[in-house]
Amino acid sequence: MYTEKVMDHFTNPRNVGELENANGVGEVGNAKCGDIMRIYLDIEGDIIKDVKFKTFGCGAAVATSSMVTEMVKGKTIDEALVISNAAVAEALGGLPETKMHCSNLAADALHKAIEDYHNKQQKKE
Amino acid sequence: MRVYLDHSATTPVDPEVAALMMTYYTEKYGNPSSVHSFGREAKQALEQARSQVAELIGATPQEVTFTSGGTEADNLAILGTAEAFRKKGKHIITSCIEHHAVLETCEYLGKNGFDLTVIPVNEEGILLVEDVKKAIRPDTILISVMHANNEVGSIQPIAEIGKLAKEHGITFHVDAVQSLGKLPINVVEMNVDLLTISSHKIYGPKGVGALYIRKGVRIVPLVHGGGQEKRRRSGTENTPGIIGFGKACVLAGQRMADDAKHQTQLRDKLMNGILERIEYVKVNGPLGEKRLPNNVNVSIRYVEGESLLLSLDMLGIAASSGSACTSGSLDPSHVLLAMGLIHEIAHGSLRFSLGRQNTEEEIDYLLEQLPKIVERLRMMSPLYDQVIHKKQA
Repeated sequence: MYTEKVMDHFTNPRNVGELENANGVGEVGNAKCGDIMRIYLDIEGDIIKDVKFKTFGCGAAVATSSMVTEMVKGKTIDEALVISNAAVAEALGGLPETKMHCSNLAADALHKAIEDYHNKQQKKE
Repeated sequence: MRVYLDHSATTPVDPEVAALMMTYYTEKYGNPSSVHSFGREAKQALEQARSQVAELIGATPQEVTFTSGGTEADNLAILGTAEAFRKKGKHIITSCIEHHAVLETCEYLGKNGFDLTVIPVNEEGILLVEDVKKAIRPDTILISVMHANNEVGSIQPIAEIGKLAKEHGITFHVDAVQSLGKLPINVVEMNVDLLTISSHKIYGPKGVGALYIRKGVRIVPLVHGGGQEKRRRSGTENTPGIIGFGKACVLAGQRMADDAKHQTQLRDKLMNGILERIEYVKVNGPLGEKRLPNNVNVSIRYVEGESLLLSLDMLGIAASSGSACTSGSLDPSHVLLAMGLIHEIAHGSLRFSLGRQNTEEEIDYLLEQLPKIVERLRMMSPLYDQVIHKKQA
């Protein structure tokens, strides 16, 4: 049902946890639908210096969260903003059809975290 | 180590059953409808199997109609009754925790001119006879209630509902797929008119089931053709499968008491073991006598069921879950929701269904591994943060 890559990210998820000094946090999903993804970003200048995630959900939810953190670490905000849910799924070698809509939200969480970062910066100014 | 704890999904075919079936594939392969000796020996074995199946449920052989499985038997019972009685009335009563083979069939009728009443259940997953009584109307033609629930193992008050149905002259259908071989069944004592059973849940082959149709009960067939099964189900009989089913029924009858004792012991060990080792766990379904001997169902808070299943599977342990991810829809199990569980807790449910071959060692292995899996997933879960923070405070 899942690709080897999905199982690898589910079994050994990258960047799990919280960032105490996060300056951007984004959360999507809800407990009702069975998936919650939270992404923490540490952005310095224009660069995503560090990223962590916490996820409640199925194998695809965990794997996409893990994958998106790997994809954005060290990247610029602009580079992160063009990453789509579809691109995350593709990087995992694909997801089962039924998972594409309900559990493939990691890029949305990332974009929300960036939005949160921008909002916080604006408040500072 | 590979540990199979999903016997409510399916069971292995008993080697005795498989060996017997093989003969009817390769040697005694005749069509039971044929007049020659090949046909006659197949026919004879078919009728013996019919007696064996009938015996396990307290019926006469003439009352057993073989089908392709539980789903077809449910469809034949419900659609066949609706068709037979549509001039008398169009009201059907069922429960909210039925298997989809019953629920979907009733809902199909609901969209096609029939009126459906779906009875709720209590927090243990058991329906109240009183609610069935209240739902009965002059135009009620069918009551369909399962004997034991496949997800939480709750046993329903079938005999009382049967009595009620009889008093009102309503056809009573019972899906007994999960209880066959686990609980004693007597269609006469339980006042059942139609009873669905399946072979592959009792160490028989897949693709075989039966519908008990009480003598004199009217039903219209779904499958028309050569008139097999007394015109109730046309099509050349699946003789090897049916003969295997018959043998499986004999073995189930012989082993029922021992199986129940063994599995109850393992069930309670597993249930108590989980509660002792893992925090924030809820047992779903009733305890003790009102529960199938082989069913364990727990909700593990702050984690999601499919993640649990994948993690268990990597360690060779097979279980199932009522999470949305495994139900193929966006909602978790309709049974758990009907029992009043909130979505979040229903998503974290795990079902272990025990079988004849499970051992204490296997349960020990599971009890050793499960807490580690839960801990790992909880540390990943944003929902668990509040618990960590509370503990730290």
